[in-house]
Amino acid sequence: MAGVAGGGGGGCSSSSSNDFQWCFSQVKGAIDEDVAEADIISTVEFNYSGDLLATGDKGGRVVIFQREQENKSRPHSRGEYNVYSTFQSHEPEFDYLKSLEIEEKINKIRWLPQQNAAHFLLSTNDKTIKLWKISERDKRAEGYNLKDEDGRLRDPFRITALRVPILKPMDLMVEASPRRIFANAHTYHINSISVNSDHETYLSADDLRINLWHLEITDRSFNIVDIKPANMEELTEVITAAEFHPHHCNVFVYSSSKGTIRLCDMRSSALCDRHSKFFEEPEDPSSRSFFSEIISSISDVKFSHSGRYMMTRDYLSVKVWDLNMENRPVETYQVHEYLRSKLCSLYENDCIFDKFECCWNGSDSAIMTGSYNNFFRMFDRNTRRDITLEASRESSKPRAILKPRKVCTGGKRKKDEISVDSLDFNKKILHTAWHPMENIIAVAATNNLYIFQDKIN
Amino acid sequence: MAGGGAGLTVGTGPAPSLKRGAVGEAGEGAPELAGGGDSSGEAVVLQLLLYGLLLSSMGEEEGLRQTQLLDTMFVRGLKRKCFDGEEDIEGTLAGIKAIPSYNLQRQSLLDMSLVKLQLCHMLVEPNLCRSVLIANTVRQIQEEMTQDGTWQMIHTQSTGQASLDRLVSTDILCRSSREQAEGKHVSGYSAFNKDFEGDQAQDSSETMSTASSVQAPRNLQSNVWEMENPQENKGNFQKSLDQIFETLENKSPNSVEDLFSEVDNSYYDLDTMLTGMMSNTKMGHCDGLETFSSPTATASNSNFKSDLNELDHIVEILVES
Repeated sequence: MAGVAGGGGGGCSSSSSNDFQWCFSQVKGAIDEDVAEADIISTVEFNYSGDLLATGDKGGRVVIFQREQENKSRPHSRGEYNVYSTFQSHEPEFDYLKSLEIEEKINKIRWLPQQNAAHFLLSTNDKTIKLWKISERDKRAEGYNLKDEDGRLRDPFRITALRVPILKPMDLMVEASPRRIFANAHTYHINSISVNSDHETYLSADDLRINLWHLEITDRSFNIVDIKPANMEELTEVITAAEFHPHHCNVFVYSSSKGTIRLCDMRSSALCDRHSKFFEEPEDPSSRSFFSEIISSISDVKFSHSGRYMMTRDYLSVKVWDLNMENRPVETYQVHEYLRSKLCSLYENDCIFDKFECCWNGSDSAIMTGSYNNFFRMFDRNTRRDITLEASRESSKPRAILKPRKVCTGGKRKKDEISVDSLDFNKKILHTAWHPMENIIAVAATNNLYIFQDKIN
Repeated sequence: MAGGGAGLTVGTGPAPSLKRGAVGEAGEGAPELAGGGDSSGEAVVLQLLLYGLLLSSMGEEEGLRQTQLLDTMFVRGLKRKCFDGEEDIEGTLAGIKAIPSYNLQRQSLLDMSLVKLQLCHMLVEPNLCRSVLIANTVRQIQEEMTQDGTWQMIHTQSTGQASLDRLVSTDILCRSSREQAEGKHVSGYSAFNKDFEGDQAQDSSETMSTASSVQAPRNLQSNVWEMENPQENKGNFQKSLDQIFETLENKSPNSVEDLFSEVDNSYYDLDTMLTGMMSNTKMGHCDGLETFSSPTATASNSNFKSDLNELDHIVEILVES
């Protein structure tokens, strides 16, 4: 399933959609059972070409993997991702005013489109966004005649000859340097950043406000959405995610904890408190419970690459919306409906507040999201087939085909099925990413990053 | 609060699975926990946590059963509610229990939610989304219970002096928004928040010197039981509760406090709901401190004051001689 039409994947003809299978490619991270909190991956993002894969963790570090060039002698093995650069993006801070720690956990990473040899990305924690430049240095200039043999600077009057330095190769060095720091603009915790299609501006969203920044200007940002009530006691809804439209630089959406999405047009007014479109699915009265609102809270919103659709993730489902239809989604996929009867337990252990992300494949024909027990789910929008796979060490043999998993919801448990009560709710896959063009996916399972590829027939 | 252990054995998590039937068991543990002399705000919440852990550890299986029962009851109870009790009552024991226990499960959910809200205050900085969702759930339950008329009914079940106080606190809980308008909460506390709110409105997020100067003296208050007006203490649990949260909420004195000021009282309410012992212990605290605090204002200041008294005494003697 999950065949990608027109992507780089192999064997995607309609008749062979059965043949499409995911294989293990790589796993990054320690195998230790004892996971250090700082190593827990908190965000995963491919860059625009898919050659770079960035992860952020709770310890404030960013690790960038680069895809190796395909090896002509091994045509069947796709390029592997190897560590390209590692750097400490954010440090823990202390807010002396509030006597609170500011976590260094990287909430989001977003790449900028590449404009020159260097790569740029935005990384953010709860309060501060940073623009990082990742550049390569593989040459060194040598042959200056400005110093004596013993290294002392020569007196300029004593230099009589002109010598042009020669560039000599050196070991590749990848440097990451912070070029901009966008701070002090958010009172609440930043949950999203999104680079605009104009490649000059970006937005950052916290629980109650969304700010618009220019990439060059760090001491000023424009507040474009503010849902903070005058009396905080009246607060009943927060912003949970926001994203710019991929093509229209004046359009963005933001989702709320009440399961609504608002689309705003920045041309209509400076403060986009009034939405242009309001997306909400009417509630099904028969399934109403005390948990209805909590499970309707949207944890992620993503535009399709085409810009025609957007996808939202709430606790139990993924919904695809047509931007032209506000009153209901065009498609709804159940991620783990078997949890509906367990909501009270999940409320008690706080799992009901887990924020799962979702992603599109390059051609918008498939979507992917995570679940518990290190399961992740993929839905093919064309064939309406879905599959559940597991990111585990057991299925980590090179090019091993992933076996579909199934959760037994009741009655007799078949062989290879796992019952709902056996699910490990500590193993949650919140962050996944799909290569922009090929069938390569990155799945973050706690402190491990799994990379899967489709099987080449 | 990370997810519980493997599977759904959520009884072992930090949040206790609450059941009013467990009052008897838990009561035995409570006085040991609460009898300590340390009376700081953090200790109070810590006591609750320990109590919760004790409860959950003692009743782990019970907790698991309770939660599973709650899950099934919720599913069934909902159907019952939606379809006016016509729905399936299977021959199982759980099915039979489901009929009268919708209120029980709702109360359990309310208790659980209130505990979660209070535990929020202990964290580095509360996750606003989670807090808002829990608060909305609490409001929803309270609204329903008020409409049902079960709110007052449940809270008249306890006996003794405590009952009047609990009625007071529940009354306040229900009308808490109006109460806010009347400014009944500890004036210093709400004034502090107004300062903070005012500053935030100006969007000067990190440089609020006015708020910091207000906060500094509060940080010095380590004793939550400091009574500004000792004579008002008798039976005025609401005020002491606010004072608990003054100290607790110093950790996160942002506007989220306003959000939960209306559930402050319900914290105590929950507390008394959990066990009669707990409330008695608290009352014991208050009683004890009343006698203690009558000559002097506070325990932390008492040393200072007694020093002063001593000094005065010495001066008196010197002057007289």
